Amino acid sequence: MPEYVTVRVKRQDGLDSPSYWETFRIAYQPRMNVTTCLQQIALNPVTLEGRKTTPVAYDAACLEEVCGSCTMNINGSVRQACSTLVEALRKENPNEITLEPMTKYPVMRDLAVDRSRMFRDLKRIKAWIPVDGYYDLGPGPRISPKLQHQLYPYSRCMTCGCCTEACPQYTKDNRFIGAFAISLTVLFNSHPTGAVLKEDRLKELMEPGGISECGQAQNCLRVCPKSVPNVTGIAQGYRQVTAQWFKNLFSR
Amino acid sequence: MAKHRVVVIGGGLAGLSAAMKMAELNIHTDLVSLVPARRSHSVCAQGGINSVNQVTRQLGDSEWNHFDDTVYGGDFLNEQPPARDMCYWAPRIVDLLDRIGVTFNRLPEGDRDARRFGGTLYPRTAFAGATTGQQMLYGLDEQVRRWEVAGLVTRYDFYDFLGPILDDKGNCRGVTVQDLYSMKIRALPADAVMLATGGLGVIFGKSTNSTICTGAATARAYKVGVKYANPEFIQVHPTAIPGTDKHRLMSESARGEGGRVWVPRKKGDTRPPESIPEQERWYFLEEKYPTYGNLVPRDIATREIFWVCREGYSASPVNYAAYLDLTHLSAERIEKLEGILEIYEKFVGTDPRKTPMLIFPAVHYSMGGLWCDYQKDTQTGGLVIGSPRNQVTNIPGLYAIGEGDYQYHGANRLGANSLLSCIFAGLVAAEGMPQWLKHLPGNTDAASLPQTFFDSEARRHQQAYEQLLRASGKVNPFALHMELGTEMTKYCTVVRHNNELQTLIDEIGDMTERYKQVGLPDTGNWTNQTVRFVRELGDMLVLARAIAQGALQRDECRGAHYKPQFALPGPTADDPAELHRQAQEYCKAFRAQTAQWLKTTIAEYTPEGPKVSYKPIDTSLIPPRPRTYGLKGAAIIERVWREMQTKPAVASAE
Repeated sequence: MPEYVTVRVKRQDGLDSPSYWETFRIAYQPRMNVTTCLQQIALNPVTLEGRKTTPVAYDAACLEEVCGSCTMNINGSVRQACSTLVEALRKENPNEITLEPMTKYPVMRDLAVDRSRMFRDLKRIKAWIPVDGYYDLGPGPRISPKLQHQLYPYSRCMTCGCCTEACPQYTKDNRFIGAFAISLTVLFNSHPTGAVLKEDRLKELMEPGGISECGQAQNCLRVCPKSVPNVTGIAQGYRQVTAQWFKNLFSR
Repeated sequence: MAKHRVVVIGGGLAGLSAAMKMAELNIHTDLVSLVPARRSHSVCAQGGINSVNQVTRQLGDSEWNHFDDTVYGGDFLNEQPPARDMCYWAPRIVDLLDRIGVTFNRLPEGDRDARRFGGTLYPRTAFAGATTGQQMLYGLDEQVRRWEVAGLVTRYDFYDFLGPILDDKGNCRGVTVQDLYSMKIRALPADAVMLATGGLGVIFGKSTNSTICTGAATARAYKVGVKYANPEFIQVHPTAIPGTDKHRLMSESARGEGGRVWVPRKKGDTRPPESIPEQERWYFLEEKYPTYGNLVPRDIATREIFWVCREGYSASPVNYAAYLDLTHLSAERIEKLEGILEIYEKFVGTDPRKTPMLIFPAVHYSMGGLWCDYQKDTQTGGLVIGSPRNQVTNIPGLYAIGEGDYQYHGANRLGANSLLSCIFAGLVAAEGMPQWLKHLPGNTDAASLPQTFFDSEARRHQQAYEQLLRASGKVNPFALHMELGTEMTKYCTVVRHNNELQTLIDEIGDMTERYKQVGLPDTGNWTNQTVRFVRELGDMLVLARAIAQGALQRDECRGAHYKPQFALPGPTADDPAELHRQAQEYCKAFRAQTAQWLKTTIAEYTPEGPKVSYKPIDTSLIPPRPRTYGLKGAAIIERVWREMQTKPAVASAE
């Protein structure tokens, strides 16, 4: 068991500031995760060279990989700080851990990025069930266990952004909607009541920035911490869009 | 009515359901949250949501039974009218969640599946895998997004609530908030404010709560005069995974699906669990509580696990732990728990499908919270729905909903009742808004108050912020927080003693002094997360003081609040006549305890510390009775107690 862990953090003071690196040495604890490293830096914000600095800014909330907050690039791979254990990282690189912010979103400070684009894109695809209201209107539609089994994995998407970070087509300046939103489109279109808005959602996927920008690199499936079946989702999205396209063609 | 604005602080289940319902009623909401709503702590809820369902109804269940389990499990400290209506609304709330697309598990015909949870004998709990809170939070967030597009909700993500704004008559007229990116402070005028700001586990250092659950918003309301009720009632969840940064919840649903808790019968047995034969395992919950087994209420399961470990039966040689064993479960049941099994596997590194999990209790939920009112319907004994008195604190226009309120769970919350209480409180508060907005204090809405009134509040907070930024003392705020957490966990959780609580109060006083000497390692004025944390730490100290004071003054055992010094000794005799006599003694002692302590603790802030008083509670629907889980002679105690109620004159001749 090592005595210390070396952590290199890519820092940035503000939106348009240049980035710089700082290195920290942290006492090793069994089963520690990257979040613990960041907490230890806050407790004693001194670099390896002995220079005083500020605690590292990063987003965090649940620390049990279900809120999606603490996404960052760890040793160059996008994942959550909370569920990444230092022991596993030592197998990738025994010498140091590097922490960098996500590259597809504006860096607000250090490892904290502004992912509000993801939530705005949920509006584009009308990611909701258009119910008639919140009075007592009885139970929802019956849903077979088979359909529930298909839908549940999509409903675990925690909008963490891993799929967008790993996607070669999703860039800071384009409008590509990203794998998560396509998967969620499939989720809402498959729900008996949600299907009411299916055409609207598919129309959005046919627009520029929609599904046709997917380059089928399939990174979204590989990096998703919640095993959301993004590739299946995108394939289904394509099928639905194609069917809609033909429908539009013949109903003109 | 859309000209009126209501501010909701907090984007968890309570805040979202209030915003959603108000939008339906054409009332605009400004939704302020520390994090985007989908990242709120409600996302961590795992096991499910309780309501009577078609199956349990045919097994003899009813809304009343759900209410009775809730109150009995809560050791009668629940406010009964709101708790009653919560249970009566439960089937409707689950239907609503079903309609908005929550991916509940299904039975072959397409109905919702249900599992059994603690403190009940009926399978009432609807669930979506083992991540029910996540799916429910998303369902509500999506409805709110729909209203955001329609222009009836404005979101303020990454904003910190600094305090309510009160006018000179003491009415709430808005809030002061800070943008956590730009650090700009501004006032948001509002005709009503709802605090849906959740729990306070972070006061205990490591807990099952998210890092945002500091109780700071509660403290900020408390400091301006909102009463804080039942602070001492803190739920310690029986089964959590101890960690270096937090303790992760291992849902009660693991036991609901058949998981068993055990330790080796031999003290210090270091064999791997799978090689310990069945007869050498001590299933202590099943042995001591044959009726409820592993699904006794949480306060009891927690104490039992704590005790067997302290007695030397810990399953781990390095720390206290018990086994939570799922290795015997069928693949079908295991599948319903995948979400939590993944968590265990990721964070611990062993497969709980093959090896029993090592678990230990951790701070989980605050039954207490901001005091709030209700209007009782004298016909049903429940609430007058639509009354603006429901959920309002002692400050007119300021409401408390969700884990941050206090009414629903008494001295101990039943598993899978929290998602329910959050949504119910949000809906019921929203239902009261049309009436409230029609008759605002002084017939004045916030929009017509002078801008200077709001500006001066913002300026006051700006000055406090700037002063905090300049704090350059020697005390490390992060180290001080660890110290607070360690002391609170040591003295103010599972077992409490008055001398230790007094020590704790002195220590909190000392820490509060040292807090004044805190130094800020970051004095920047952009996305400064440190200053937010240091401000929260000051508030945590304030609430910690109230929690400890409430615990010190309540000399009894009730639900999660356990003081061995004041425990009522249960019957022990084998001889039937003697057992009967002991049962009578027990009931007399119980009656005396009820007379003295069945009341709500009310803490009011003063700079010198909390002023504690007590308030009677409404027990008109279900009269108190002894909780006899696992007691010897339980049936006799129950009979003697019934007799005492029907023959009060005889029984009171002590």
